[in-house]
Amino acid sequence: MNMENNRPETVKSVAGGMAIDTAVTGEKNLKMDGTEETTIKMSARNLDVFYGEKQALFGIDLDVPEQSVTALIGPSGCGKSTFLRCLNRMNDTIDGCRVDGDIRIDQSDIYDRALDVVELRARIGMVFQKPNPFPKSIYDNVAYGPKIHGLAQDKDELDEIVRSSLERAGLLKEVVDRLDSPGTGLSGGQQQRLCIARAIAVSPEVILMDEPCSALDPIATAHIEELIDELRENFTIVIVTHNMQQAARVSQQTAFFHLGILVECNATNEIFTSPSDERTQGYITGRYG
Amino acid sequence: MSPFFAAIVLIVLITCGHFLGRRRAIQTANGSRRLLHSLPHYYGLYVTLWTGVPAVILMALWVPLQPYFLDSFLIASLGDKASGLNSDQLGLLLNDIRNVADGNISSRRNDPTIIAAANRLIEWRQLGYAGLLVITLGAAIAGLAIARKRISRTMRARNAVERVFNAVLFIASLIAILTTIGIVLSLLFETIRFFGKVPITEFLFNLSWSPQTAMRADQVASSGTFGAVSLFAGTLLITAIAMIVAVPVGLMSAIYLSEYAPRKIRDILKPALEILAGIPTVVYGFFAALTVAPAIRGWGESIGLDVASESALAAGLVMGIMIIPFVSSLSDDVINAVPQTLRDGSFALGATHSETVRQVIIPAAFPGIVGSVLLAVSRAIGETMIVVMAAGLAANLTINPLEAVTTVTVQIVTLLVGDQEFDSAKTLAAFALGLALFCVTLVLNIIALRTVRKYREKYD
Ligand SMILES: Nc1ncnc2c1ncn2[C@@H]1O[C@H](COP(=O)(O)OP(=O)(O)OP(=O)(O)O)[C@@H](O)[C@H]1O
Ligand SMILES: [Mg+2]
Repeated sequence: MNMENNRPETVKSVAGGMAIDTAVTGEKNLKMDGTEETTIKMSARNLDVFYGEKQALFGIDLDVPEQSVTALIGPSGCGKSTFLRCLNRMNDTIDGCRVDGDIRIDQSDIYDRALDVVELRARIGMVFQKPNPFPKSIYDNVAYGPKIHGLAQDKDELDEIVRSSLERAGLLKEVVDRLDSPGTGLSGGQQQRLCIARAIAVSPEVILMDEPCSALDPIATAHIEELIDELRENFTIVIVTHNMQQAARVSQQTAFFHLGILVECNATNEIFTSPSDERTQGYITGRYG
Repeated sequence: MSPFFAAIVLIVLITCGHFLGRRRAIQTANGSRRLLHSLPHYYGLYVTLWTGVPAVILMALWVPLQPYFLDSFLIASLGDKASGLNSDQLGLLLNDIRNVADGNISSRRNDPTIIAAANRLIEWRQLGYAGLLVITLGAAIAGLAIARKRISRTMRARNAVERVFNAVLFIASLIAILTTIGIVLSLLFETIRFFGKVPITEFLFNLSWSPQTAMRADQVASSGTFGAVSLFAGTLLITAIAMIVAVPVGLMSAIYLSEYAPRKIRDILKPALEILAGIPTVVYGFFAALTVAPAIRGWGESIGLDVASESALAAGLVMGIMIIPFVSSLSDDVINAVPQTLRDGSFALGATHSETVRQVIIPAAFPGIVGSVLLAVSRAIGETMIVVMAAGLAANLTINPLEAVTTVTVQIVTLLVGDQEFDSAKTLAAFALGLALFCVTLVLNIIALRTVRKYREKYD
């Protein structure tokens, strides 16, 4: 992984507004050296999203700290996926979708004219709810991204990228002797790990996951959760989940959305032990959602 | 009295049957519908079916059989006058009698025996129709009475009615299949007769096609040669030209329509392409013969090429244009069926639109695209009108698209138009060609449908 490219800006946590403030103080994992400083990888300010006439998100302010897991929770239709898709501009592909506001990665505006959306999506990977391997071999699935971005000089380098990506996605052992068989022939859980391998093969800085485990059984889910925990060392992760336990297990920061509004964002253990908003309280205790 | 009158009375009875059955059912349940096994209108339908079905079947048998029996009665009544005749003359005589009976012009309307016979025929016909009326209405009334009697609280009218509808639907679907089987069998029998006259090896391997058979045995060239190779070569050549035009254009327009076109353009282009599919092939035919062929010829002459006035190229090009909407709309469906999640997956990796199309969508849709191309090929092979008008009649074994060639379908047409002896090798050859064509397109269709289905299964 070429981490030299990333020039993370270090900022005082106050700059991140109330959201990040508490996230830091409540979470040991974020602090390498015990100071009150953390790095913000991505931030959204005053974000409104419209589908045609209908507004789906209202003035969202959210910071995503680097090398940690941010969980997005909230009842169905509250705009979690919409927010996630703003971060890598996947909303561009939807007819009639309009995004207002400011989203930055490493302080630079992702809706800037000068910024190439293809390059942005190479920096921000995405894993979808339903595993969606291409109808190609396992090898070609993983090699797809590196090939289109020209990341490998030769075949050996490509082989190495594919191998290490599968390794980091925890899939290599299971598929090492059948890299040429179709990716669609794997089990659901394996397919999802293949999709994760495919995403990390292009060395993204951020990985977005939209309910990555909702189509999987508990064992495959546990597998992916473990993987997310390991990936946190190198990547910044934003994950949408409907599973409260999962949010509590894998994330350091949790954001609760409700009807297109960001109700509360805080360190995960804060949210689950002493939420400050009663809507949050109601949702995590299962009173609605 | 006529079958028409019987039909009207029957319709009235059927309507009454429905009403009576319904009322009877409600009566047996003392007005409480809940006690009945089925809803009241099922009892109505039950009686209707009992009233109508046997009567209609009787009528359907009677109406075509009556003239047949009357003819044999007539022959019997004519006695000596008919017994000396051969079958042609007898047919003529019966025709005259019928004409006189119907009041039509007949050459022998003054012959007293014919007039007498015609009068007998008229009388018998009326008797027959009366019998028809009595029998069908009798059957209807009997059916009505039986069915009405059977109605009881626990009778499963719904199940009985459903069974009948089931059978009707089954018979309907059988009709198409039986027709196909019938056509294939008749092709097969005539083909076997053909191979009795012409050896199968000649048909399959001889390179020359000249289906002239002699009128008299002593004529020169009294037997033709029936080598189908050049016909299939011609078909293949024209089909190949058509596919060279249709596949790239159709595929690219499908990709544009399903991937790139904005809504508005798509809403205009798609119907426009479908209009192209609605043009009668005969119009394409004269477009090919009168516009394209001369244009190609003129263009060929201007650069010093010798182009036949009816060329494979002209027919192939126009046929290709005709098939474009076929390829594009089938491929469009297939491309649209590629799940959106695959596109999203590719975009999310930072692939551009064209990379996504080339490396994800086309490979994913490939089997379906192959299927649609194969269907288009079988369409091109069977196409007749364009090649009849534009490809020529000369059986040339060539791969030069500038020469005239002929195709299997064209030869079938020319073998059968005009007055033909039905059992000459020339006429029977058409059946052999038809059967061969049928086999080829059948195999292509089966392969095509299989690949398309396999592809569908993958994503459902
Ligand atoms: N493509 C679209 N076109 C129009 N409206 C949309 C579209 N996608 C989402 N919406 C609307 O935006 C709102 C937020 O949707 P979103 O998919 O972000 O919800 P979500 O929180 O991800 O829900 P879930 O938990 O069910 O996935 C919903 O009201 C939805 O109807
Ligand atoms: Mg969602």
